[in-house]
Amino acid sequence: MNDTAMSALATEATNPQTVRTPDEHPTNFKIGANDVSVFYGNKQALFDVSIDIPERAVTAFIGPSGCGKSTFLRCFNRMNDTIDIARVTGRIEIDGREINESDIDVVELRARVGMVFQKPNPFPKSIFENVAYGPRIHGIASSKSELDDIVISSLERAGLASEVKDRLAEPGTGLSGGQQQRLCIARAIAVNPEVILMDEPCSALDPIATARIEELIDELRQNYTIVIVTHSMQQAARVSQRTAMFHLGYLVEEGPTDQMFTNPREKRTQDYITGRFG
Amino acid sequence: MTDSTMTVAVDWTSEQGAARRRRRHAADRRLRAYGIGAISLAIGLLAILIITLAATGYKAFVQTMVEVDFTISADLVKADDIPAGNFRAVVANAMSKLFPEVEGRETRELKQILTNNTRFIVRDAVIADPSVIGGTMTLRVPASDPFDQLNKREISRDLPEDQRRVNDRQITWFDKLDAEGRISTPFNWGLFFNADSRFPELAGLAGAIVGSFYALLVCFLISFPVGIAAAVYLEEFAPKNRLTDLIEVNINNLAAVPSVVFGLLGLAVFLNFFGLPRSAPLVGGMVLALMTLPTIIIVTRAALKSVPPSIREAALGMGASKHQTITHHVLPLALPGILTGTIIGLAQALGETAPLLLIGMNAFITSPPGGLMEASTALPTQVFIWADSPERGFVARTSAGILVLLGFLIVMNAIAIFLRQRLERTW
Repeated sequence: MNDTAMSALATEATNPQTVRTPDEHPTNFKIGANDVSVFYGNKQALFDVSIDIPERAVTAFIGPSGCGKSTFLRCFNRMNDTIDIARVTGRIEIDGREINESDIDVVELRARVGMVFQKPNPFPKSIFENVAYGPRIHGIASSKSELDDIVISSLERAGLASEVKDRLAEPGTGLSGGQQQRLCIARAIAVNPEVILMDEPCSALDPIATARIEELIDELRQNYTIVIVTHSMQQAARVSQRTAMFHLGYLVEEGPTDQMFTNPREKRTQDYITGRFG
Repeated sequence: MTDSTMTVAVDWTSEQGAARRRRRHAADRRLRAYGIGAISLAIGLLAILIITLAATGYKAFVQTMVEVDFTISADLVKADDIPAGNFRAVVANAMSKLFPEVEGRETRELKQILTNNTRFIVRDAVIADPSVIGGTMTLRVPASDPFDQLNKREISRDLPEDQRRVNDRQITWFDKLDAEGRISTPFNWGLFFNADSRFPELAGLAGAIVGSFYALLVCFLISFPVGIAAAVYLEEFAPKNRLTDLIEVNINNLAAVPSVVFGLLGLAVFLNFFGLPRSAPLVGGMVLALMTLPTIIIVTRAALKSVPPSIREAALGMGASKHQTITHHVLPLALPGILTGTIIGLAQALGETAPLLLIGMNAFITSPPGGLMEASTALPTQVFIWADSPERGFVARTSAGILVLLGFLIVMNAIAIFLRQRLERTW
């Protein structure tokens, strides 16, 4: 990542954010969203969502299908830009810096805000090349050995090193589904992002692979701010510290995960959690 | 779901049910039979075409040759100026030596056994090896078309003399040469290494093959980069609006425009407006490129579309720029499809005749083109020229030309299949 850009952003990150839920005392908020709406053509998919995402913690977005949680997640690294008809309004700040402004370089933003997708999508290249791709295009490694170090340490942090270190030249697409997803996580953390967005990372995986990814998320939260979209309320309960519940494009409720699951304020949250709809 | 739907009794063993299932199976079998019938029909017609071509064309792949001993006397050919030598006399002397009894007007009939250009063949052989001056040189020269046909049984000896192009005396001489073992029918390399000629026994495809190669080279160099650039822009960058839709519709329409129209366009623009040379492979290639462009754009767009969006998202999500996403990931994955489509487009261009006729690539040209700007023919136009020629020998050569053209098409399609299997990657 570009160091000068990072420090420039860091100096601006001074405004203390308002704490929306009185019973939670996070020290820092990484991302602040204010009145974010997303339109696909004439259809509005997200309505005036405001939320703060705490730093070095896992925030889970839950809600029934089509509730806008993935759409909202994709606002944080401006992946909605890739959809022609999508239009985003409102303010999203990362470290106090508005990311939708024209002077923000989306290439740098996406290096700082990594993403893991629903379906494992390794490049049809070798395992090594998959992880080395980010450092290469952003010019992070200054030498071949440094690149090797980045690849190995990323694979280690993604818990994949022991399984693949002898076959780095083999295609990444030849791994099992769970391994592919961990490869995608390794690929995302190879550029040392600050935020990792995960869009239903386990929905295509079996329970054992899911458990491994969840362990990994738990370890990663020491160093990264993680936002995860999930269909599974159990998963949200297991991995997240904060949970936000979406329904029909509206943010219904957000708060500490244990409070959300034991004592939700909104009836709709309770109905969803207890399985009455969704 | 209501209770009433649950209570409908289904009797799977009823006669009507069994009859319905039989009808469904029969429909399956009919559909299968239609498919097999259609494929058999297509293969049958293709087989008839190839067999017909091969039956008439195979005789052009061998050529009747006559072995003659030429005495290169120093009186007729001067070592210091070989091209000015009297090779006409050399040939006449050689034939007289073989048939000393033939005299007077009949010597002309005798000389007709050999191809008209024998003296040039001898001249070129002497230039290649001047040491034969003063000695003798044995050469195998092509027999002229009537005797080639006679030897290949295309001219029947049973016809009355006034109905065939060789008279009884000539047949006697030819048979005598045959008895002496001077007649042979080796593989006709001239078909591939000679350029066009008025005389069928000398006419070959070299000029057409070189011309087609140059034209296809120009066509590829123009249409491949332009086509890919256009397709990448339309698929990856262009905003979805009326203008883009209009361009897309027009490209699809261009692919369906008859090729003769592209020939007219080439005639009007490249020849008349820009003043480029007539009959040149450069212009032929440019016209073929216009014709191939829509095909390449359409297949490239289809190939780009078939790259899964997840790969694009993965690259963009890593912070790759659009350019990096396309060149690092999308294009390499689309390449097998693009190459296959391009080669098939080029194969189509190779067989295209009409536009080349309009820009004059059907001229009679007796040497292969030395460059892109020199007048030339192409394979399909050469076939067209030969098909129009009255000499008996061109009938077989027309079929042979078509077979050679088909051979090139098969090779190109094989390359396309090979590349697709070789480069295709899974994800």
